[in-house]
Amino acid sequence: MSVDAPVMTPPARAPSWLKPHRIGLLAVALALVIAATLFMRWDWLPRYYGLALQGIWRTIWILVVTCALGIMLAVPLGLAQAAGPWWLAAPARGFCTMIRGTPLLLQLWLLYYGLGSLFPQFPWIRHSELWPYLRQAWPYAVLSLTLSYAAYEGEVMRGAFAGVPRGQLEAARAYGMSRWKIFRRIWMPQAFYRALPTLAGETVLQLKATPLVATITVVDIYNVAGRVRQETFITYEPLLLLALVYMVITGIIVFLFRRLESRIPVKIG
Amino acid sequence: MSMAGTAANPSPLAQDGAAEALHIESLHKKFGDLHVLKGVSLSARDGDVIAIIGGSGSGKSTLLRCINCLENPTSGVIRVNGEQIRLKADSHGHTIPADRRQIERIRSRLGMVFQSFNLWSHLTLLENVIEVPVHVLGVKRDKAIAEAQTLLDRVGLAEKRDVYPAYLSGGQQQRGAIARALAIQPRVMLFDEPTSALDPELVGEVLKVIGDLAREGRTMVLVTHEMKFAREVATHVVYLYNGLVEEEGPPEEIFGAPKSERLKQFIRSIG
Repeated sequence: MSVDAPVMTPPARAPSWLKPHRIGLLAVALALVIAATLFMRWDWLPRYYGLALQGIWRTIWILVVTCALGIMLAVPLGLAQAAGPWWLAAPARGFCTMIRGTPLLLQLWLLYYGLGSLFPQFPWIRHSELWPYLRQAWPYAVLSLTLSYAAYEGEVMRGAFAGVPRGQLEAARAYGMSRWKIFRRIWMPQAFYRALPTLAGETVLQLKATPLVATITVVDIYNVAGRVRQETFITYEPLLLLALVYMVITGIIVFLFRRLESRIPVKIG
Repeated sequence: MSMAGTAANPSPLAQDGAAEALHIESLHKKFGDLHVLKGVSLSARDGDVIAIIGGSGSGKSTLLRCINCLENPTSGVIRVNGEQIRLKADSHGHTIPADRRQIERIRSRLGMVFQSFNLWSHLTLLENVIEVPVHVLGVKRDKAIAEAQTLLDRVGLAEKRDVYPAYLSGGQQQRGAIARALAIQPRVMLFDEPTSALDPELVGEVLKVIGDLAREGRTMVLVTHEMKFAREVATHVVYLYNGLVEEEGPPEEIFGAPKSERLKQFIRSIG
C-alpha cells in the first residue's frame, strides 16, 4: 500500500476508437446495408428523394420550434406550481393535468378540426392578416405539440424548482439579492441543471410524437413514407428508411444533450 | 464617525450611538402559537464580538436570523449601522420588511455564515465569492476577482478557486463561505453555528479563521456551541434561555462567575 494519496488521472486513452468489438459490429452493419441494398427495392428513392428531404426538414423544425416554445412555457408553469400563489398554481396544475391526462392525438384533432372549423365562421378572422396561416395545418400542429411539451416539462420543472435546497436560496436572500436576481442567478440555473437529463429523454419522446401531425395533413417524414406506400405499394423499405431517420435524429438529440450536460461539472445538491 | 476610534468604553450597551453597528430592542418572534423570542435586546458596537449561547430551542439561531430578516420578527426594533429596518404588517397580519430595497441593501452589508455552508453548488469557489460583489454590489468583475483571490488566500483556499463546492470538505466549504461573507466587506458578520455541521477534526481550521477575524477587530455576532472558543474571542457573551436574555456580560464573568442558576447548570452540562 502506497502512503501517497492516489492521484486521479483519467484512464489512458485508447489510440483509436477502432477496437475489435467495434470492427465486428461495423461488419454486421455493413452486411445489413448490403443485404438491404441487394434484396430490397429502392428504385422509388430517386423519385421521392426531394419530398423525403422536405419531410425530414419539416420534422426537425417542428421538433425544434415546439421544444423551444414549450420550454419557455414550462418554466413559468413549473415555477407557478412550485412557488406561486394559489391563483397561479391552481390553473398551472390544471393545465398540466388536463394536457397530460388526454392523448396528444385527441388534442391535435380538437385543435385542428375544432378551431379549424370554428375560425372560418367569423368573417373578421377570415379577413385578417393571420388567415393565410390559420387555414394551413401546421400552426395547429405546432400549437398542440407546444402545449403538450409545455405540460410535461412544466411538471418536470416543478420538481426541479422544488428540488433546489432551501439553503441555496436562503443564502442568496441573506446576501441581499432581489427576487428576480435569486431566480436568474441561483434558482433557475440549479433547477435547469437538475432537469437536464430528464429533458433529454422528453425531447426524444417529443420527436416520436411528431408523426401524429401527419394525421392533419402536415407532410413530415412519416407522412412521406406513407405516401410512398400508397403510391407504389412498397411497404417495408420506406418504413426501414423512416426508422433510420428517427434513429439518427434521436442520436443527434442525445449527443447535443450530452454535450450540454458535460458542461455542468458538478453534482448539484 | 470619528468617535469610533476614540470610543474607549468597551461595553456594547453604550448609548452614544456613533459607533453602534447593531442594535436590537425588545425583539419578539412567534411561529404560530410558539413564542420563540420574548423581548430580546442586544447591541453591538464596532469591533465587538458578541457570542450568543444557550441550549437548543432557546431561540439563539432565530435571533440571529431575525437580524437580516431571514425570519421576520413579530415585533421589535432592529437597527443596523444606525439605520432602522422598516417593518409593516402584510395582508395576513405577519410582519414583513416594509421596503424591499432597504432590506436588500442592509442584507448586502451583513455577511452571513450558515451552519450548512450553503455555498452555491453550481458555482466554483471563486464564482461564489465574487457573485454578490459583482451582481449585487456592482463591483467590477476584475476587481472582484482580485479581491476574492486575496480572501481565498487568507482562508487557505487559493488553490481551490476553480473547484465546485461538492468537491470540498466541510471545513473547506465553511472557510469558503467565510471568504464569501468577507467579500462584501460586511459591516457585521453573522455566524449561525458555523462549526456544528463539521466533523470534529475539521472544527479547528474553521475556528482559527473566525478567531483571526475576531482579533483583527471585525464586528461579529456568533451563535455557537463552542464554549471554549466563545470565551476566547468574544468581547460580550449573551446567554439565552427560553427566548429571553437570562444573563449577559464579559466572557470572564459569564464563564468564570455565572450568577443565574440556569447558566451555571448550562455551563456544567456543556462541561
